[in-house]
Amino acid sequence: MAATETPSGAPTATPAGHPSAPPGHPVAQVRVPARSLAGELRAIRVVWRRELIRFSRDRLRIATSLVQPFLFLFVLGTGLSSLVSASTHGVNFKTFIYPGVLCMAVMFTAMFSAASIVWDREFGFLREMMVAPVRRSSIVLGKCFGGATVAAFQGVIVLAIAGLVDVPYSLGLMAELFALMVLLAFAITAFGMMAAARITQMQSFMALMQMAIMPMFFISGALFSVASLPRWLAILNRLDPLTYAVDPMRRAIFAHLAIPAAARHALAPGVTWFGWHVPSLLEAAVIALLGLAMLAVAIAEFSRAE
Amino acid sequence: MNSASVGAVTSDTAPTNNGAAAPAPAVSVKGLTKRYGEIEAVRAIDFDVARSEVFGFLGPNGAGKSTTISMLCTLVRPTGGGALVAGHDIVAERDAVRRNIGLVFQDTTLDGYLTAEQNLRLHAELYGVPRETVAPRIQQVMEMVRLWERRKSLVGTFSGGMKRRLEIARGLLHSPRVLFLDEPTVGLDPQTRSSIWSYIAELKQREDITIFLTTHYMDEAEYCDRIAIMDQGRIIVLDTPEALKASVGKDRVQISTPDNRAAIVALRERFDVEATIAEGAVTFGVPDGEQFVPRLFAELDIPIKSVAVSRPSLDDVFMSYTGTTIRDAEATSTDHMRNVARMMAR
Repeated sequence: MAATETPSGAPTATPAGHPSAPPGHPVAQVRVPARSLAGELRAIRVVWRRELIRFSRDRLRIATSLVQPFLFLFVLGTGLSSLVSASTHGVNFKTFIYPGVLCMAVMFTAMFSAASIVWDREFGFLREMMVAPVRRSSIVLGKCFGGATVAAFQGVIVLAIAGLVDVPYSLGLMAELFALMVLLAFAITAFGMMAAARITQMQSFMALMQMAIMPMFFISGALFSVASLPRWLAILNRLDPLTYAVDPMRRAIFAHLAIPAAARHALAPGVTWFGWHVPSLLEAAVIALLGLAMLAVAIAEFSRAE
Repeated sequence: MNSASVGAVTSDTAPTNNGAAAPAPAVSVKGLTKRYGEIEAVRAIDFDVARSEVFGFLGPNGAGKSTTISMLCTLVRPTGGGALVAGHDIVAERDAVRRNIGLVFQDTTLDGYLTAEQNLRLHAELYGVPRETVAPRIQQVMEMVRLWERRKSLVGTFSGGMKRRLEIARGLLHSPRVLFLDEPTVGLDPQTRSSIWSYIAELKQREDITIFLTTHYMDEAEYCDRIAIMDQGRIIVLDTPEALKASVGKDRVQISTPDNRAAIVALRERFDVEATIAEGAVTFGVPDGEQFVPRLFAELDIPIKSVAVSRPSLDDVFMSYTGTTIRDAEATSTDHMRNVARMMAR
């Protein structure tokens, strides 16, 4: 039974176009090249692309991760509109919570992407990557970029419906929102990766993510104005990283609305540190730095020798 | 089945190697040790694996086989000693080792969300297989394991046997010099098991490759050129299956009686034979089993319910070197050792 050949696949059948295979010898002998920067970049790309392929296969996931943002935007947004109309200076409440909802869509998708590394560990695929002759950091980077891309894509879907909640489709605004979204997606994926380096069970990981995301979302000012908060909440708000994504988004949107200055002042006052108004660019930098720091921790964790 | 290639090779002569004078061993292990806290999973083992050899690591679960493989594959750092794989140091030259080895793990490491071909393509890119060789090489390895027709199917829809075959194909994709197979047939039905072995035999003919595998199926160890029997972290004996079986020199006789303990005493007093209870039957070895049985019936005053005589198998080899059968060794191996084994498998 040992060496029965299929009629077509005799060992000498050299696939067309492959030059240097002498007859009677195994074809396509491969030599694995030494480690190089190009090799690492290729590894990053491979891991990144796998995330995209997996995401595109999982239509259900694309749909379900949009449910929650849409619930907040259209159900909660519509339901609360009449209640809060007195204090919104005529601004659509849905427009007000739109940046928060945008962040939420990105966060959930990024979290699920990071969760896949826990999944990979449970089902062994992580090991296939871990024994490859590439740096662990390339794998973590690839994962991170993959998660960020997928999350940004999800964000774009929410971005596409901006018109439904009176957010103008101006090119500059869309670009700014998109950039902030990508940054947030990257930071959240890095956070997820950092957690996944230590947590090996899916249930614990999901529990931790729920514990982290919901408070972050509520404290960030996604659903309220940060103008006149009680002191304890103001402090928590300034400590919440998500604040620095929601706030510049909201200010960008309000800058493009034709509304009185008083309304802008009340609804999108901007985040202050000890009375100093934090510029959008610095807010973006906060997110970026946090993301990079968490990424560094994740890489260090995954690179530790067993 | 492939007995021609096994032949009369003994432990100190490597299988013939096309002309090259004294070729460097594919794997060379010196004093390799791994300790997990109090537990010594692998205790200073030494051995060489010759080029183009099929080398089997045999032993019960928890014997340290997987830990050894994990160290040789650079997944686990040894506590002491060292090893060269394909001429590279497993600690100092991790990358060089990784480029030259293929791995098939005990549990699947395929991505079920990708197609068979995508899985292989991903592997090829991770290993930097030159672009122009990727497609022909993928076709070649997939045809070898008879999965080429299923290349567009999602791996999640594959059976256990198909997954294992695909993993073997993937392990070969980058033409490794040493292919490690950790329990390649565990959990598979007998038919699939034998087809896996036919691929391994075919592989040996086609490619210049050394195969290092672990198994706890005795019958499968027969396919190896040489076997190392491992128990409790040590290599107990290492030789060809033929030499090992010859070294036992006795047939195995198993009898069942109403009073096994009395039977053991009687055997010792009357026949000067040391018997033990293995798998619930009184078991002992005698040089000529068939001629011994009539004497046994005539002279043993304990009634015998059944008797079985068998030529020495690797089971007997394991038994004669460790004093227990491999199945019993597994049954009694403590939970702790099993946990270590499970830890290793991560």
